[in-house]
Amino acid sequence: MASSTIIDVKDLTIGWGDVVLQENLTFTVARGEVFGILGGSGCGKSTLLRFLIGLEPPIAGSIDVAGRGSPTLDVGLPPFGVMFQAGALFGSLTVGENVALPLEEWTDLPADAIAAIARAKLKLVGLDGAEGKLPSELSGGMKKRAAIARALALEPELVFLDEPSAGLDPVMASGLDDLISTLSKTLGLTVVIVTHELDSIFRVADRVIMLDRESKTIIATGDPRTLKSSDEPRVSAFFNRGQKVT
Amino acid sequence: MRPVGALRPAGPFVPRPARHPATIGAPTYQTEREGPTLRIKGDLRLIDAAALWRDVHAQTGDASGSLALDLSGVGTADGSAVALLVELRNELTARGVKAEIVGANAAVETIVNLYSGHDDVTKRKKRKPEGTVAQLGRSAVEVSREAKGIFDFFGSMLLTAFALVRRPRAGHWKEVAPLCERAGADAIPIVLLINFLVGSVMAFQSANQLKMFGANIYVADLVGISLTRELAPLMTAIIVCGRSGAAFAAEIGSMKVNEEIDALRTLGLSPFGWLVVPRVIALLLVVPLLTLIADFIGITGGLVVGVTDLDLTTRGYLIETLKAVHGWDVLTGLIKSVVFSVAIALIACQQGFAASGGAEGVGKRTTSTVVTTLFALVVIDALFTALFRAFGV
Repeated sequence: MASSTIIDVKDLTIGWGDVVLQENLTFTVARGEVFGILGGSGCGKSTLLRFLIGLEPPIAGSIDVAGRGSPTLDVGLPPFGVMFQAGALFGSLTVGENVALPLEEWTDLPADAIAAIARAKLKLVGLDGAEGKLPSELSGGMKKRAAIARALALEPELVFLDEPSAGLDPVMASGLDDLISTLSKTLGLTVVIVTHELDSIFRVADRVIMLDRESKTIIATGDPRTLKSSDEPRVSAFFNRGQKVT
Repeated sequence: MRPVGALRPAGPFVPRPARHPATIGAPTYQTEREGPTLRIKGDLRLIDAAALWRDVHAQTGDASGSLALDLSGVGTADGSAVALLVELRNELTARGVKAEIVGANAAVETIVNLYSGHDDVTKRKKRKPEGTVAQLGRSAVEVSREAKGIFDFFGSMLLTAFALVRRPRAGHWKEVAPLCERAGADAIPIVLLINFLVGSVMAFQSANQLKMFGANIYVADLVGISLTRELAPLMTAIIVCGRSGAAFAAEIGSMKVNEEIDALRTLGLSPFGWLVVPRVIALLLVVPLLTLIADFIGITGGLVVGVTDLDLTTRGYLIETLKAVHGWDVLTGLIKSVVFSVAIALIACQQGFAASGGAEGVGKRTTSTVVTTLFALVVIDALFTALFRAFGV
């Protein structure tokens, strides 16, 4: 039986070269939950994501993803999908080809079945009919949604989303949040979201951690609705300033 | 003057002075120095800021001890004018003058606070300029790091190539044909033109000397051997470096800064198998072919000059060329072209992968690709020439 924990991080230190951005990071992500990584600009949220998906090796501490230990790229298919901040769609391929690419590489499906799955994934994210377009013909929000479709192509049990709703209009951001909630609830997908969009976090996240740039570690963990009334001034300021904005 | 869009060298922020005087009409302020007080009256606006900056400097040049910048007579002020007064206060403090901004009305006070006018001033640390030895040392470290990067990259490429032999499906083979078209077929016109001109020029230049000895016919020997052994492979490689090498570096560099390389890896695909191996194979296929075309057209260029300027017959020129140029001459050129193609592809891809920092980083790496590759081509050519000579071929 699969463990209820899908990500287990212990005493992790992250940074660039000699610069330590965060240290002593310890947290777990449960299967099926929507988990948010929060914090102000420059605190290392996206950098933590790069460590979680194996793009950077831990400076200290350990990461276990899906019981496979520290994620190692370049050796087989990783057990997760990733949506990068700007989508990172391959510019020389159409949107449909972008979504079909992992299916072509990692399955024995015939071409017509791959095309059908790619169309279905694009329809799921509200991009039906866009499969023939190049990424350069899409808006920022459409690129992000296409990237989510690509991340979901191989039915991973875990997806990482880097700032999925940043820069989107409120209607589109809300639609994307609904999609994330639906995917998590209906498919049992575990979603790790890196963001500083509080609206989005309140709508979708079951649990969050908050990183702090000054103390270089996690200053809050838990349900975002509970953290709104935290006694910790930095946490309270972060959550309640967001409330004023909304 | 640096052209629009040119890269800014790293260093302190030193803006250019404004090109057009901004002051319209008489300034709307007055300054008056009374001992330890500089009184400023009127309205402080950006369009008067140049005059204000000159005036306050002229009036405070001899300041010592303490100086109050009295703004009690200022009605309104904009941010830029206040920023200059705050900067003046900081300059005076740095000189050891106890300077402060006083008397501003509530509205101006807010702007002064916004520009940190009431904060304590800390002396700026002057950056010590880097000495010549330090610069040389830093450059040497950078060059050795670049060289290490290229050799590391070559090692990774070899490992990926071996892995692809075991698991061919992991390669992006369908990319090879379009790359061959772009790097090979599309380059034929420029290869034809350049090498035809090189052959012609060589024939012209050598003819002047050989005519004096009545040895016109040996123009064919000189053009044929120098083209097949040296010039055709080198000129072709230079063209491919400028066209395809720069394009490879820019493409891969753009993918790197847009996180597409990271995305490839998270999809379980090897960037080497997907991006590097197809490019190396494409150049391995097309550069020797382009070199053969260059041999042929270069000799044709020499032939045209021989026939039109040296009174040689076409038949005589071709017979002399066939007598002088042996299969081994062509082969040595082709061997060089194979090594050139690997060098161009690897350096271009390595530079692309090393790109960071957005469009400027991609531009730097593209330039670096061309410079590094040209250097490598000349070094490789010299090494091979020496090697062939040592073995008597």
